[in-house]
Amino acid sequence: MTELSWPLILFHMALRLWPVWAGLVLTFALSLRYRRRLGLYGRLFDSPVGMIGLAIVLFWVFSALFADLIITHDPLSQISGMKNALPGTPVAGAAEGAYPHYLLGGDNLARDVFSRMIVGAREVLAIAPAATVIAFMVGITLGLPAGYVGGRLDTGLSFLANLVLAFPVILLFYLLVTPDIITTGIPMALAGVLFLFPVIFVSILLNSRYFTTPGKRNLYVGVALALGLWAWSGLAFNADPLGFWGMTPNMLNVFVSVVFVNAPTVFRIVRGLVMDLKARDYVAAAQTRGEGAWYIMLWEVLPNARGPLIVDFCLRIGYTTILLGTLGFFGLGVAPESPNWGSTINEGRRLLAIYPHAALVPAIALMSLVLGLNLLADALREESLRD
Amino acid sequence: MLAFILRRLGVMALTALALTFVVFFMTNLPPSLDKLAKSEASFRMSDEDVASWLDANGFSRPLIVRYGEWLGVAPGWTHQAEDGTLTGRCYAAVPRGEEPPRFCGVVQGFWGQSTVFKQPVSEVLARSLGLTGWLMFWVMAVMVPTSLVLGVLSGMREGSRLDRTLSTFSITSTATPEYVSGVILIVLLGSATAGLSPLLAEWGWIEGRTLFQGTATSAMDDITFWNFGLPVLTIALYGIGYIARMTRASMTEVMTQQYIRTARLKGVSFPMIILRHALRNALIAPFTVIMLQFPWLLNGVVIVETLFNYKGFGWTLVQAAGNNDIQLLLGCSVIAVLVVLVTQLISDIGYVFLNPRIRLG
Repeated sequence: MTELSWPLILFHMALRLWPVWAGLVLTFALSLRYRRRLGLYGRLFDSPVGMIGLAIVLFWVFSALFADLIITHDPLSQISGMKNALPGTPVAGAAEGAYPHYLLGGDNLARDVFSRMIVGAREVLAIAPAATVIAFMVGITLGLPAGYVGGRLDTGLSFLANLVLAFPVILLFYLLVTPDIITTGIPMALAGVLFLFPVIFVSILLNSRYFTTPGKRNLYVGVALALGLWAWSGLAFNADPLGFWGMTPNMLNVFVSVVFVNAPTVFRIVRGLVMDLKARDYVAAAQTRGEGAWYIMLWEVLPNARGPLIVDFCLRIGYTTILLGTLGFFGLGVAPESPNWGSTINEGRRLLAIYPHAALVPAIALMSLVLGLNLLADALREESLRD
Repeated sequence: MLAFILRRLGVMALTALALTFVVFFMTNLPPSLDKLAKSEASFRMSDEDVASWLDANGFSRPLIVRYGEWLGVAPGWTHQAEDGTLTGRCYAAVPRGEEPPRFCGVVQGFWGQSTVFKQPVSEVLARSLGLTGWLMFWVMAVMVPTSLVLGVLSGMREGSRLDRTLSTFSITSTATPEYVSGVILIVLLGSATAGLSPLLAEWGWIEGRTLFQGTATSAMDDITFWNFGLPVLTIALYGIGYIARMTRASMTEVMTQQYIRTARLKGVSFPMIILRHALRNALIAPFTVIMLQFPWLLNGVVIVETLFNYKGFGWTLVQAAGNNDIQLLLGCSVIAVLVVLVTQLISDIGYVFLNPRIRLG
């Protein structure tokens, strides 16, 4: 077995990533075919920036999905003789059938950098989008009434939001994401509060819509409440009787603190949008028709605020990715062996001057994912402004 | 105007109180106190020993009372040991043998003793803030002019090739957090085996083996281009993209205004329009953004000081948090919270001063 040169390394990596290419080609072919019927998403394919952004984001999404097919070695196992191996080094004494090379080299514990990068994508994409969704639910559920009703409610909620925003993020992480704090139950209590908002949001959404037909309303709200509270009990308190929903305490801690940091900003954005939109004629018309306050907020105002919110959603997933990387970089809330990009960069930086590849690979991976999301947001902004 | 500032100051004081209380609560959780007792006294203490140590050192009383003491609005605790010697919070504030004051807290200027550095917190903080001040100064000196020039250049002709190129650069730089750009920059410019430095050294363009140094430890005594370039660049890069995009947005808006068209029709040259008419109005919004960028710079400072081993404020914060140094962490939090609140206030007031269209009663 000989050492691979850079063109060969790239070729083998491309070969290894075939499920990603297949997924990308399929998605793009289908989307381009039906783009006129796909609304805002379809219009993304009119702008080159949007397509590039989407391609980068989908690349990482498919990498995370098909990680088991792509990885060449177990991301945690160490192979002796491969410590700090340069990219393309053949694996010493590879067993029959095992992958013969470390495509992007080995790290200082002789693990495969390429496989760790791919599995790292899974770690990020398991938390970032979900945490952003929850943060949006919290921000929307509180921001709508704050902007619509105003007055004392607005003053109180805004003060709380500014309180959280005045906290330097890094300090908050150091205080919130430590192993000690799990024993005090603070993350669980926070999760109990924050995870309740999606349930409240969906219930109010359905209730205000089907308020006039009690039969339907009872069915929908009942199902939403049952499902929501089931997930809530499992995710926040690890008390799911069926054991379907659950999160490890470490992950819950990271998840909760990321939501906690993001929610106030979403709150401020939603509040500002609602204050602008509530003076519109269609709101006055709905008020004259005698629609309920929640119906107006959720079914009249919110759909009209969707443009900026979708753009911010993309940007915020990128920001959350950066935050997760920061947490990993400081070793907060991650398992020591975890292939998380942030902690891999931190481990790799000690030997940066001699073996740059171990830190450079996850650094470029993280940067490209965030860049893709930013480009996507930029294109969405331009396309939604074109109306 | 005065009423506005006073109201803002009131809200600010309330926020600062609430935030410091939250930090106090979070740093004084039972597990941290447990750890503190064990690291200060002995690692093999039983639970009763820990309880009595905490009692003897004033940690067993209600949280709100201890917060009052720390703040300096409640009298400091005293404890009489079985042999009759008196100890207390305020005894550490004065030389041995003197009568201690009744109150000793942050308000009186007594910030406690750091357990990591074995020095008063105020000394540790003063030293580290001085170092970070230099870092901040150079970051601002690089970041603000660069980002404003980039933003104005790309905003003055929207959609041009120059605009597209500069916008792509801004988006890339906002997508690169400090821990990523720091690593990339070190490899690219600060490594003797990879990147540009070996080439430059071979051509004889630089004297040493690298263009920049990969650590900033030596910059604590003497700042040079060589040892301080990379940390400054790393922090500045992340902010440049963001401020440039804001400046661009503001500039493009100004360029569509009536008075710009009037100036053009009068036959004023394009450079003159930019300098005399557009710039002044376009730079109001970026001012707020730059001020509000400080809290985020604080984040960057923590990451960069850790990455480049520069023992400033961020490094101190990490040490305090990592080693359960409660008093030092509290001190760091007060500084951090104050920086955020003061910059918010300055940005609000500055915005009003700069923009004559806004009048606050």
